[in-house]
Amino acid sequence: RTSVTSRYEMRYRSTTGQEEAALAAATAREADAALYPLQDTTLGSLTMYVVPETSSLLPQGINVYVGKHRSALVRAVGSLAALQARLREVTQLMSFTASAVAAALSDRVPNGQLGPDARRNLKSSLGYEITFSLLNPDPKSHTVDWDIEGAVNRYVKPVLDKLSLVANFSVDSQILYYAVLGVTPRYDKESSSFLLSAHSLPHVINPVEARLGSSAASLYPVLNFLLYVPERSHSPLYIQDKDGAPVSTNAFHSPRWGGIMVYNVEAPASPQASLPLHVDVDMARVMEVFLAQLRLLFGLSREEVPPEFLLEGPGNEGLADWELDHLLWAHTVENIATVSTTLTSLAQLLDKIGNIVIKDDVASEVYRAVASVQRAVTKLSLGHLHAAFQASKEAVTSSERAFFDPSLLHLLYFPDDQKFAIYIPLFLPMAVPILLSLAKIVRETRLRKKEPTKMD
Amino acid sequence: GGMAAALLLLLLMAAGPGPGRADAGRERRDALREELLLSPLPTGDVAATFQFRTRWDADLQRGSVSHYRLFPKALGRLVAALGVRELHLALTQGFWRTRYWGQPPLQAPAGAELWVWFQPTVTDVDKAWKELSNILSGIFCASLNFIDSTNTVIPTASFKPLGLANGTDHHLLRYAVLPREVVCTENLTPWKKLLPCGSKAGLAVLLKAERLFHSSYHSQAVHIRPICRDASCLAVSWELRQTLTVVFDFFSSGQGKKDWSLFKMFSRTLTDTCPLASESKVYVDISPKNKEKELLEVSPTPTSVHETIVQGEKKSYAVYDLLSPSLFNTSRSLNVQLKWKRPQDSSEMPIPTLHAQRYVGGYGLQTGEICTLIYNTHPYRAFPVILLETVPWYLRLYVHTLTIITKGKENKPSYIHYQPAQDRSRPHLLEMLIQLPANSVTKITIQFERALLKWTEYPPDPNHGFYVGSSVLSALVPSVTAMKDIDVEQSPLFTSLFPSSDGSSYFVRLYTEPLLVNLPTPDFSMPYNVICLTCTVVAVCYGSFYNLLTRTFHVEEPSRGGLAKRLANVIRKFRGVPPL
Repeated sequence: RTSVTSRYEMRYRSTTGQEEAALAAATAREADAALYPLQDTTLGSLTMYVVPETSSLLPQGINVYVGKHRSALVRAVGSLAALQARLREVTQLMSFTASAVAAALSDRVPNGQLGPDARRNLKSSLGYEITFSLLNPDPKSHTVDWDIEGAVNRYVKPVLDKLSLVANFSVDSQILYYAVLGVTPRYDKESSSFLLSAHSLPHVINPVEARLGSSAASLYPVLNFLLYVPERSHSPLYIQDKDGAPVSTNAFHSPRWGGIMVYNVEAPASPQASLPLHVDVDMARVMEVFLAQLRLLFGLSREEVPPEFLLEGPGNEGLADWELDHLLWAHTVENIATVSTTLTSLAQLLDKIGNIVIKDDVASEVYRAVASVQRAVTKLSLGHLHAAFQASKEAVTSSERAFFDPSLLHLLYFPDDQKFAIYIPLFLPMAVPILLSLAKIVRETRLRKKEPTKMD
Repeated sequence: GGMAAALLLLLLMAAGPGPGRADAGRERRDALREELLLSPLPTGDVAATFQFRTRWDADLQRGSVSHYRLFPKALGRLVAALGVRELHLALTQGFWRTRYWGQPPLQAPAGAELWVWFQPTVTDVDKAWKELSNILSGIFCASLNFIDSTNTVIPTASFKPLGLANGTDHHLLRYAVLPREVVCTENLTPWKKLLPCGSKAGLAVLLKAERLFHSSYHSQAVHIRPICRDASCLAVSWELRQTLTVVFDFFSSGQGKKDWSLFKMFSRTLTDTCPLASESKVYVDISPKNKEKELLEVSPTPTSVHETIVQGEKKSYAVYDLLSPSLFNTSRSLNVQLKWKRPQDSSEMPIPTLHAQRYVGGYGLQTGEICTLIYNTHPYRAFPVILLETVPWYLRLYVHTLTIITKGKENKPSYIHYQPAQDRSRPHLLEMLIQLPANSVTKITIQFERALLKWTEYPPDPNHGFYVGSSVLSALVPSVTAMKDIDVEQSPLFTSLFPSSDGSSYFVRLYTEPLLVNLPTPDFSMPYNVICLTCTVVAVCYGSFYNLLTRTFHVEEPSRGGLAKRLANVIRKFRGVPPL
């Protein structure tokens, strides 16, 4: 039985002159930008500036401002104890919360103890493949063009550059024709549009997935982002949420799989307009949705924030520095848990099936995994986030290599029942005299017991 | 004059407005052409050859390309990731009978065939080859993962790159055939999925598995190669050809008629076009077989008639251009029909210039002989042919017994490349360049000895026999009529897979029959029988010993008698008779 404990190391100091100067800026955003060069930029460390209650840096009603990097401005309200509690809250928000750690360990926690969102996050992996697919089920009526290359360079690249610390990413895209959703949408007379209700969404993906094509050339998990341009006979198409209201983004995501967005084509002004209609996809609108879904899939939602907190938008890079730390904390914990599960199941397998041969190279991989995971745990307890993450990655690589080594399987299949089947011709005739004499003994003892009673 | 007019008509058609043409102003970097060639065979069967060609004006190798439109992503990534220069994969069920059916537009050996040229930048070709075959077996649901060093060879002369190549160092080439592979619907479905229109529109709607596999020959293939982007050839484009050939045997399957229609063959008709295709055509071979007047009649009236020279013969084709608006005006669907005006006499079947056959000779289970007969029926021209034989290691070839006899005289090959097999790791490879004199039969024989395998090396059902893959004949066959240089982008697809050399000859690649050889096969139940027998003997011994050791001896009444009496008593006891 294992548990995860966390501890924060807090240091208090007064501001330096340069920081004073930076804090004298007119708005919180400017102050944040000016403070950035003065900060400690190691991964996993945070700097918080406590500003006086009367400070005009923070807008009315806002007590905490979280910047783009690894710093926050906190208004000193109330007693020192209240301030300390608030600082702790901000720290947790900017690093990890108990629920984030639980979500990272979700595969090892029994069902029912977690909320429905806990299993949404992608599993930690050394790399991810991101595939954007444009689904055009009706190429007869729509010729759809999307500038995916430009959009990837403009919107996705900066995010992935930032995330490159976490994993390797590869991006590609494809256009699939005649790919239809698995559900026929319902026609709504009032709005003269077609509706996909929330409960039918789980059935949407399967038929599409068959067309997506697996990535045969790599073993990394794939994130799919589908842009669906509905057929002419089914447009416009809207997604309804559980309450029956249309979803404003017209998109939904599937945990650990990706997201789908429905992109409606405006009906031509004149019905006689010649087919096919030419459609140029507004990539800014699409990428906004897909990037939000990408953040959700990585567990970077900004939903559970108290109203007195103000979070600075992540800007062009798609995520703030502290969010990156957040991801690294979670992934490090998850990696360590994965390694321990992998090695434990290998050990259990060996206990169960005795004739598996562990070769020297497999053994050395196991040793390496254990050493790396120990190093990761030490570094993690010291707060050296980057080193801990690297060590945990090495541990995952080594442990997976040991677990999936093909040499383990060589002697695996020789079940006991077959051995028994071969020896049946020996055992059966040998058993006959033994059983007969046993029967004889039983008969004789019974006779001997009966005889004395007869004597009486 | 007539041909030029027909071509002009075609060009006009292509430029005219048609469905799917709205994006004409926009510059596309990829294009799809699809084509169906229907050719009545001399025996009365009908061959249907589908070709889907996706051309992409981008360099897959640079690694920067990751945004796919018409080109399938799965294959594109494969080419980029593994440094593939050229890839040819064919999955075939049945055997193309060249002697009776004539020269095929595309032939493939029975089973699975894969040959790949890698880029010179690939350092470990064997590793890339292994990885490639594993991935392809995943994509096409075929057992290509059984390709290993025991069935892979490196031919030196037979398989030249079909596309652009700046070096032909044959160490970058790998070739393997799996003759045992069975092709079925599960291989067809992923193949269809690679088409941009799937099987939803265009010619691909005819690809209905239950009809395609109810045929005497079925061969589906994927060819990927780099080609010149334009005439100046400064940039590279990539070409993916998906081809599928089926032979329907109407004549021999009992109806006795040679008339056919699209609906009779595929139980579908063509109703609409694939909006992504820039060309979509059906060609029907209507060239007169004999020198007489036309015997056959096609309906509806074709859009145009295309005349060209294919494999040294003058051919004329009725062309149906699905993109021409007039075609679907009169009726909603296209059902091409062909009727013979009067029964054709099959006695004058044309015999192809080059054909071959192969068989196993000899008797007994120890030695044998592989005989290959190559026919050159050209009346006055001799030509060379390259023969490639791959023989598994368990047939030990005796190279000193190799004899090549033409017209009763020994024929000395001008080039021989022989790589002996290594047990359990490498097959035999024999490549020869043989001159075939005009109007001759060349007999090539080589003897072999059958090796004994280890008992774990036998496949399931070993008494079925062991397959030896087809041998490959590559030749430049002299043409009877002079050919003109063709422009690949304009001419029909079925004429443009193999690069044409010059006007006087054309390239032919033929495959012979695969062989089925019986190896000495042990009785696999024998070990079990032996175990049973010994166990029974041991058990009987055990039983008597047990009886001897556990029997309690009573002192009997004096009437003892000898051993004979006691034995008699035992028997009497068994019989239920009172003892003596």
